[in-house]
Amino acid sequence: MKYLMTTAAVLCASAAWAETPVLKVYTYDSFVSDWGPGPAVEAAFEETCGCDLQFVGAGDGAALLARLKLEGARSEADVVLGLDTNLIAAAKETGLFATHSVTADYTLPVTWADDTFVPFDWGYFAFVHNTDMTPPANFRALADSDLQIAIQDPRSSTPGLGLLMWVKAAYGDEAPAIWADLSDNVLTVTKGWSESYGLFLEGEADMVLSYTTSPAYHLIAEEDASKAAAPFDEGHYMQIEVAGKLASTQVPDLADQFLAFMVTDGFQSIIPTTNWMYPAVTPAGGLPEGFETLITPEKSLLLSPEESASVRDAALDEWLNALAR
Amino acid sequence: MAQRAGAIGGPVASGAVFVLILAALVAVTSKADWPVRFDASDWAVLRFTVWQAVLSAVLSVAFAIPVARALARRRFAGRGALVTLLGAPFILPVIVAVLGILTVFGRAGWISQTLGNFGLPPISIYGLQGVVLAHVFFNMPLATRLILQGWQAIPAEQYRLVGQLGLPARTVFQTLEWPMLRQVVPGALALIFVICLTSFAVALTLGGGPRATTIELAIYQAFRFDFDLGRAAILSLLQLVVAGTAAALALWILPPLVLQSGLDRPLVRWDARGLTHRLLDAGWIGAAALFLLLPLGAVAVSGAIGLGQMPSSVWAATWTSTWVAVLSTVLLVVMALPVAAWLGQSAKGSAEAITLLGLAASPLMIGTGWFILIYPVANPQSFALPVTAMVNAMMALPFAVRILVPGMRQSFADYGRLSRALGVKGFAMWRIVLLPRIRPRLGFAAGLGAAMSVGDLGVVTLFADPEVATLPLQMYRLMGSYRTEAASGAALLLLALALGLFWVCDNWGRHAER
Repeated sequence: MKYLMTTAAVLCASAAWAETPVLKVYTYDSFVSDWGPGPAVEAAFEETCGCDLQFVGAGDGAALLARLKLEGARSEADVVLGLDTNLIAAAKETGLFATHSVTADYTLPVTWADDTFVPFDWGYFAFVHNTDMTPPANFRALADSDLQIAIQDPRSSTPGLGLLMWVKAAYGDEAPAIWADLSDNVLTVTKGWSESYGLFLEGEADMVLSYTTSPAYHLIAEEDASKAAAPFDEGHYMQIEVAGKLASTQVPDLADQFLAFMVTDGFQSIIPTTNWMYPAVTPAGGLPEGFETLITPEKSLLLSPEESASVRDAALDEWLNALAR
Repeated sequence: MAQRAGAIGGPVASGAVFVLILAALVAVTSKADWPVRFDASDWAVLRFTVWQAVLSAVLSVAFAIPVARALARRRFAGRGALVTLLGAPFILPVIVAVLGILTVFGRAGWISQTLGNFGLPPISIYGLQGVVLAHVFFNMPLATRLILQGWQAIPAEQYRLVGQLGLPARTVFQTLEWPMLRQVVPGALALIFVICLTSFAVALTLGGGPRATTIELAIYQAFRFDFDLGRAAILSLLQLVVAGTAAALALWILPPLVLQSGLDRPLVRWDARGLTHRLLDAGWIGAAALFLLLPLGAVAVSGAIGLGQMPSSVWAATWTSTWVAVLSTVLLVVMALPVAAWLGQSAKGSAEAITLLGLAASPLMIGTGWFILIYPVANPQSFALPVTAMVNAMMALPFAVRILVPGMRQSFADYGRLSRALGVKGFAMWRIVLLPRIRPRLGFAAGLGAAMSVGDLGVVTLFADPEVATLPLQMYRLMGSYRTEAASGAALLLLALALGLFWVCDNWGRHAER
């Protein structure tokens, strides 16, 4: 029975395929989950494209890139969505991506002029805490306090690498000293964001490395105003998430159409309350109610893809040396 | 004796495991750039990895021996439930178990809060002590079950004789229990050592930071941070060699079996009836139960709150996980029976080390290797669930073999000659002699395999198809999108499903004890 059903499904699928072109988009796991942006984006794009949009989830941003490197030019992917600025240099180095011609009125705190990747959302890294405490105003104050933070390992987590870049961008050569001072504040380092955030919600950690937009989830989805992000006066490092077209795609026009759709309201208005990030282009209706309560950092920090690639290994060694003691 | 049970199937199944790992390793190596970076810091990683694994294995087994002894000689209300729950910690997804442990032992946990009420400082769990504590939480119950089976394999007649002679507990220990422990303990140590060797998220989270870097984390880093496949292959190989050496050593020192047959009568313990013995046993059982049930209780409480918030996709994932578990359990039994029969007849147990390699191989390496192998021929996604079932079966194989081999050895020692004399062989040998004798062990092994398969995230992430997610994957997705409460609900469901499957198999087996 199972076999018959599978056969029938395959036959139907290939019959449908004969009529409608398929666009395969590789992305990170939480994008495609039922409560992520994936399902709504798929429905919105399929309304106009006359195509079958298929999302393929593959771990997180870094796992996505590793997957692409394994597959090489034979990859079935037409578009890859979900890399960030720290991965762009490595992604370009593969030579697998094609340039784009998308233009938009980005509402990013920085100007965007990359010819290969199109941004679709962004956020600031921040330490999230409960509102019943007064957070430190910067990394030095945090190091002087008794507060215990949960962070993510840069070797296995995208935000973890973001924190490394944050300290590097803010303090440069002083970064190792900052990490040495912070080492007694680091309660623990986890494999990924979920574990750290879980520790924070359990009350184990006073603060957790997350995003300035995290409190919006609690406020909007749970009507819980007890979480806030701590504004740091040395500035906040940004994460800009991007998508790019594969050079090997069989449907280049469709891929271009998708990238263009990505910066329109149809896509952008889905982002804030599903991905819990800022849209790359603020939609006509503005941001959802609740986002106005979030902190807006006075200073945005961001290393260019080339800088971030060149300091990455040294920054990791500094971090390991400071925390392994 | 070409007809010996498992004579062909045993080597074939062991060989399959070997080939499966080797093929993945070769595939990864084929894509590598040489030369490979390997420096002093890697040795520090190796030292930490081995040291925490040794400590965890020794402490798990040391705690398990008195608990198993107490469980073996006491009958009390709830004993069956407790023995089933012993399977629970082992199959919990890492993050769920860690959060459960922290609810009890953490900085803001129950113990620290109680201490705080008396003005005492909180206990500090983050560090080597936390890593070992968590590993003991995971593995002590498993060790208890393995050793408990050793106790139950001592024929009832021997205890009756001991009772008639009025021998003191010390003498009983020396004559009956010590020889049994020498048979069972090395295998249990080897198994737990290998499990802890491949630990990653537990070690990192409870170890408090990069001090607690294990080889598995270094492999993970090589794959996704550096994309250095050669380094990943070398590190995987190192992990296999360390695990293989340790396992071979432990199994090599196994003493030959003492022939002791009984009539499979129900056990009555004529020794150990004094009040001191009762209190001591109650103390050990109580301590073990508290140690296990408090964190499990924490998981259940937070899960119960989240049950109502689970999206319907969690139920679809539950169904997927169920049939993957059934498939991998069938595969497991098909592989484990001939291997165990084969090993049960060999003079030395070292060959069992091969099956342990299935557990020592990095799941990420196996997944990547097979991805590289399958990709040129077909879409790896369409193989997601079969590959998952196969790898789950392979990872459960060492457990099943460890559980089955002592029973097989005993059966061949007791009835091997008689069977040969009567010309019982082939299928009849299995049906009349072996299966009835090893049924309790087979039930336990199958149950553990099914439960492990339900709880394992394993290789599926690399092959993941968004349409067919397993329950642990769905739980991680919920957790990754802030749905912590719904994720707790899914974790409770996962625990219930795993325990349910475990109970069905284990109960089928234990039914034969009476």
